Amino acid sequence: MARIPAVLDLEGAREERPAKKQSQSRRLSSEARENLGAYLFLLPWFLGLILLTAGPMLSSLYLSFTKFDLLSAPQWIGMQNYVALFQDPRWLTSVRVTLTYVFFSVPVKMAMALGLALLLNKGIKGLGLYRAIYYVPSLLGGSVAIAILWRQVFDADGLVNQALGLIGIHTTQSWISSPGTALFTLVALSAWQFGSPMLIFMAGLKQIPPEYYEAASTDGAGKVRMFFAVTLPLLTPIIFFNMVLQMIFAFQAFTPAFIVSGGTGGPDDSTLFYTLYLYQEGFGYLYMGYASAMAWILVVGIAIFTALAFLTSRYWVFYQDERGDNQ
Amino acid sequence: MILFSARGKARPRFFTHLIVIAGCVLMIYPILWMVSASIKPETEIFTTSSLLPSSWSLDNYVQGWNALSYPFGTFFINSCIVCAGAVLGNLIACSMAAFAFARLRFKFKGFWFALMLGTIMLPANVVIVPQYVLFKSLGWVNTFLPLIVPKFLATDAFFIFLLVQFIRAIPRDLDDAARIDGCNLFQRYWRIIMPLAMPALATTAIFTFIFTFNEFFNQLIFLNDQASYTVPIALRAFQDSSDVSSFGQLFAMSVLSLIPIFGFFVAFQRLLIEGISTSGIKG
Repeated sequence: MARIPAVLDLEGAREERPAKKQSQSRRLSSEARENLGAYLFLLPWFLGLILLTAGPMLSSLYLSFTKFDLLSAPQWIGMQNYVALFQDPRWLTSVRVTLTYVFFSVPVKMAMALGLALLLNKGIKGLGLYRAIYYVPSLLGGSVAIAILWRQVFDADGLVNQALGLIGIHTTQSWISSPGTALFTLVALSAWQFGSPMLIFMAGLKQIPPEYYEAASTDGAGKVRMFFAVTLPLLTPIIFFNMVLQMIFAFQAFTPAFIVSGGTGGPDDSTLFYTLYLYQEGFGYLYMGYASAMAWILVVGIAIFTALAFLTSRYWVFYQDERGDNQ
Repeated sequence: MILFSARGKARPRFFTHLIVIAGCVLMIYPILWMVSASIKPETEIFTTSSLLPSSWSLDNYVQGWNALSYPFGTFFINSCIVCAGAVLGNLIACSMAAFAFARLRFKFKGFWFALMLGTIMLPANVVIVPQYVLFKSLGWVNTFLPLIVPKFLATDAFFIFLLVQFIRAIPRDLDDAARIDGCNLFQRYWRIIMPLAMPALATTAIFTFIFTFNEFFNQLIFLNDQASYTVPIALRAFQDSSDVSSFGQLFAMSVLSLIPIFGFFVAFQRLLIEGISTSGIKG
C-alpha cells in the first residue's frame, strides 16, 4: 500500500482534499518531503555521476571517434582510431603483455592466498602476528616506494642474485632488464601482495560449519578427501569473488610497470601494460582520441572477461542454501 | 580421540610454524633490506646481503631529503593536504548518499542503487581523458582540486556501498523514535546515523587515506609542477634523476614514504583486517 507512486497519491489528494482527513494529507506530504530529502542527500553523488562519470564516459566515447590533441577542437574521423589500433604493433604487444600478466599473476596470487589461509586456519598460536606480517606487503605493495625497491631487488647486483649466490648459483643477469624475465618480476610483485585475498579466504574458512567436517570424518574421509569434498566446494563462491576482483585490478595495473621500467614499458616493450601504453599515447603524445578508443576497448574487454567468469561460474561455483548465507 | 589428536598434532604444529615463519621472513625480507640499505654506506648496498651494516648513519636521509629542488617536507605536506581533503570528502559525500540509499524511500531508488553499484568497478581510464580536459579548462592542473573535489562528489562508490551495508544493520527503531520526537531528516542523519556508523566511517577514512597516499596515476597526470608534487610523484622524479651512486638516498626517501601507511596499519590493524575480511576492499 505504501508503495503507491507518490505522484498518483498527490493528485488524488488534491482532487479530494475537502473530503480527506487532515492526517492523510500530512502523511502524503511527509512522503513527498522524504522523496525530496533523499534527492538532496544524493545531490553530491548525482553531480559526481553526471560531471565526473557518465558525462566523461559519453565524452570519451565521442572522442574515440575523433582526432584530438587538446590544443585544437576534436575532428571527427569515424572508426579510424579503432582501425589503426588493430594495426598498431605496440598496441597488440600491450594487449599480449597485459593478458599474460593477468593469466599468470591472478592464479599465482590466489593459490598463495589460499595456501597460507589454510595453513593459518589450523588455529596456531601467534595467528594475529603472522596474519599481520603476511598482510603488510598487500598494504604497501601498490606504492611507488615498493616498485623502486623491486627494481633494485631484481637488478644485476640486487637481492635475488645475492641470495642465488648464497646457494651457489652465481649470475649477473639483471632480471628487470632482460625482456624474457622482466614481466615475471612484476608477476612476482603482484603475487607478493596476496595478503588481502588471504584475509578474505580466512574469513570464508571460518564460516564453514564444523559439523560438515565431523560428518565427513565419521564417514571415514581423510584430510585430502575432506579438502576436496568439503573445503574447496564451500569456498568456491569466495574463490570466484577473489578471482573476479583480482582480475579486474590486474587488467588496470599501472604503477609497478611504470616505475620498474622507468615509464617506457621496456625492455623491448616486454612490460608495456595496457594502461601504460594508454598513458604514453594520451598524455605523452597527446593523442587523446586514440587514448579514448583504447580506454573503451579496455572497458569492453574487462566487461567480456567478467561476463565470461559469471557465465562459467554456474559450472563450478557452489552456493549453499539461503540459510547458510550470513550476510 | 582426544588423546590421539593431542599426540598426533604436536609434530605437524611444529612444521606448520616452521613453514609459516619461513614464509614471513621471505615476505618481509625485501622491506628490511631496503631499511638496512638506507642506513648503510653507499658502497655496501650491493656488495653484501647482510642486514646489519658495518657502520650506519643517517646521511642518506639528510641528503635525500634535500635532493630535489624542494625539500621532501614539501611533498609530505602536499600528500597530507590531498589525503585530508580526500578523507573529508569521502566521509561527507559517501555517508550522505549511503544514508539516502539505506534509510529513505524515493522514486527510482532501485535504478539509482544499481547504477551506483555499477560504477564501483568502472576502470578509471575510461573517464580520465575527459576529466583531464575538464579540469584543465577550469585551470585546476597543478592544484590539488582534481584529486580532492571528486571525493566531495562521492565518486568512490565503493565506500557508499560499505556504508549502506553498515547503516542497514542499525535498528530502525532508533530512527523511528527520533522521528516521533520531531527530528527532521538532517537531524536523523547527523545525530542518529552518523554516530552509530562510526566504525564504518573509520574504515572509510583509513582506507581513503591509504589509497590516496599510495595513489599514483591521477597524481602523475594532474601534478606537473614540482612545487605541487606529492610523495609518490617526487619519488618517481628522484628515481629518474638519480644515478647508481644515490640509491641509498632513494631508499631512504622510499622508507620515509612507507612510514605513514605502516603507522596507520599498526594503529588500526584490527579495523583494517575486519574491513577486508567482511567487505573485500582491495588492500
